[in-house]
Amino acid sequence: MKILAIEDEPQLLGNIKESLEKENFLVETASDYHSAIDKIFIYEYDCILLDIMLPNGNGLNILAELKKAGKNENVIIISAKDSLDDKLKGLELGADDYLTKPFHLAELNARVKAVLRRQKLDGKDTIEIANSVLDLKERTFMVDRQNIPLNRKEFDILNYFLLNKNRLVTKSALAEHVWGDNSDEADNFDFVYYQIKNLRKKLQSAHADIEIESVYGIGYKLVEK
Amino acid sequence: MKLLNQSVKYLSLSILAVITVWAVIFYFSLFNEIKSSIDEGLENSKRLIIRNAQQDSTILTKSYFDESFFAIRQIDKQTAFSVKDRYLDTVLNMQDKDDETPEPEPVRMLITAFELDGNYYELKVANSMVEEDDLVKELLSDVIWLYLTLIISIIFINNFALKKLWKPFYDFLSQLKEFRLEKNQVLPQVKTKTKEFTDLQNAVNALLRHATQTYEHQKEFIGNASHELQTPLAIATNKLELLIENGNLQNEQAENIAEVMQIIERLVRLNKSLLLLTKIENKQFLDNQTVSLNQIARSCVTDLEEIASFKGVSLSINESAELAAQMDASLANVMVSNLLRNAIFHNIANGNVSVEITETAINISNTGQPQKLDENLIFTRFYKPNSNAKGTGLGLAIVKAISVLYGFQVSYAFHDGLHNFKIDFPSA
Repeated sequence: MKILAIEDEPQLLGNIKESLEKENFLVETASDYHSAIDKIFIYEYDCILLDIMLPNGNGLNILAELKKAGKNENVIIISAKDSLDDKLKGLELGADDYLTKPFHLAELNARVKAVLRRQKLDGKDTIEIANSVLDLKERTFMVDRQNIPLNRKEFDILNYFLLNKNRLVTKSALAEHVWGDNSDEADNFDFVYYQIKNLRKKLQSAHADIEIESVYGIGYKLVEK
Repeated sequence: MKLLNQSVKYLSLSILAVITVWAVIFYFSLFNEIKSSIDEGLENSKRLIIRNAQQDSTILTKSYFDESFFAIRQIDKQTAFSVKDRYLDTVLNMQDKDDETPEPEPVRMLITAFELDGNYYELKVANSMVEEDDLVKELLSDVIWLYLTLIISIIFINNFALKKLWKPFYDFLSQLKEFRLEKNQVLPQVKTKTKEFTDLQNAVNALLRHATQTYEHQKEFIGNASHELQTPLAIATNKLELLIENGNLQNEQAENIAEVMQIIERLVRLNKSLLLLTKIENKQFLDNQTVSLNQIARSCVTDLEEIASFKGVSLSINESAELAAQMDASLANVMVSNLLRNAIFHNIANGNVSVEITETAINISNTGQPQKLDENLIFTRFYKPNSNAKGTGLGLAIVKAISVLYGFQVSYAFHDGLHNFKIDFPSA
């Protein structure tokens, strides 16, 4: 899987590259409009991460160029501007998703994988790890073909963890993903802990071969046993 | 006190003084004029009497005043020569039409002497005078009438002339009252050639332009600053996430990193809230559509149900009518969810939150601290009643800003131990 990250801030670009490489993606980078255009038209990518504000050009123009050339790469816009206008324009020009800075790396992972999975969908939409299967369409969770009932939030949490297998998911990334962007209160964390505890119990009693580990009290990691 | 009434007050006081002085002077000069005119008449009578006496000597025997108002008495030569014409004010018994019996009335009297056929006579001629107290009375009543007429005229003139003169000023004032420090506001205009008013307009407009500019700059600065902070915050968060992931940390180090991450999270939340506020105030939400607040409230309640039950707070929703508003859907969501979160997080164990939707309002009441909050402060930015609160202190400020943007009224009340937040939708 080849990903092109277009971002003018070198440190952020480095973080994105490092994080995505942990997922075994091949990551290439571009830090201005012209080099981005060059790379896009020379190589093929499975996913393009696109910053809108670029030196010597607007990221939205890159989208327009892609569309003109009939290329249908997956594009996720990354922008510091949480502006509805840009969002609508971007999605209209064929972007697949829109991520606002600052974001958690876990969130970026999840978005990239979701976009990539959508691309190669063949009727069913499931994530399979070890003896567990999460069916996103039916919203069911099976361990050894046994249906394990999960409530809505538990399902969302598990989905998020599966998209970030073996990766750190911080409590705040989880809270933001599952309980929404505009959460003003930090004491969501207790609730996150409570939900994780319940989910762990369910995984354990179903003898799933996956488990959720704590990472230094900052976050969690889903691993295969 | 209005300018109009002020000017009436000062004018009536000064006119009262002027008229009083004028009345006194007028009275004395009138009185002197009357006297001198009577004196001339007396002089004339004297000549007529002396001439008549030359033809008719019976006149010389008329020694007391009767219908013809003179008296003659013979005197010796010496006395006669010592007599000079003199006028004096005295009284005579007379009966005029309003008297029942004769009574003393003021008269003007000329005392003189003349010589006829070698005999000397003293002549007293009298003429009735105006009665002083009558004159004063008459004058006073006239003066009072004059005064009243003047005051009434002044009030009328004031009402027409002054109102007309000051109309541009009042127009200007009402424009000024409507003025808000926002972009593209038309500066108040005064429609007049009066120099003072145009000067006022220029001074006020210069001030307004300056204030608007400062306000815009400040808003822009907050917007730009929050905006510029987004990328560094992203870098910091992601760097720390990678640092932790790469492992090999002592527990103590990890704890420190966790603390730093939490601080960054707080900054991120604060920054997002500030950006949202700036966007609301800059009217950058233009995707207005008919939004069902019932739907919004229901989905917010569903979203927050689990966390509420985790906190031991029961959530209920009661819809007695359909409520819709013209607004941006995401802002509607922010508005309702901020109020709901607020009600859930500032609650007590086994407390409750109830949402009530009526035809024109949405009402959210919750149990909580038994003290009333300060309704003047809760909607201001960064207000936190207790300093250990973990929120940004912007949640309610955002609710307020959204309400102001769309002309909704948001209010707070506390009764029967319940905190009540209400949003009225006047146009609904």
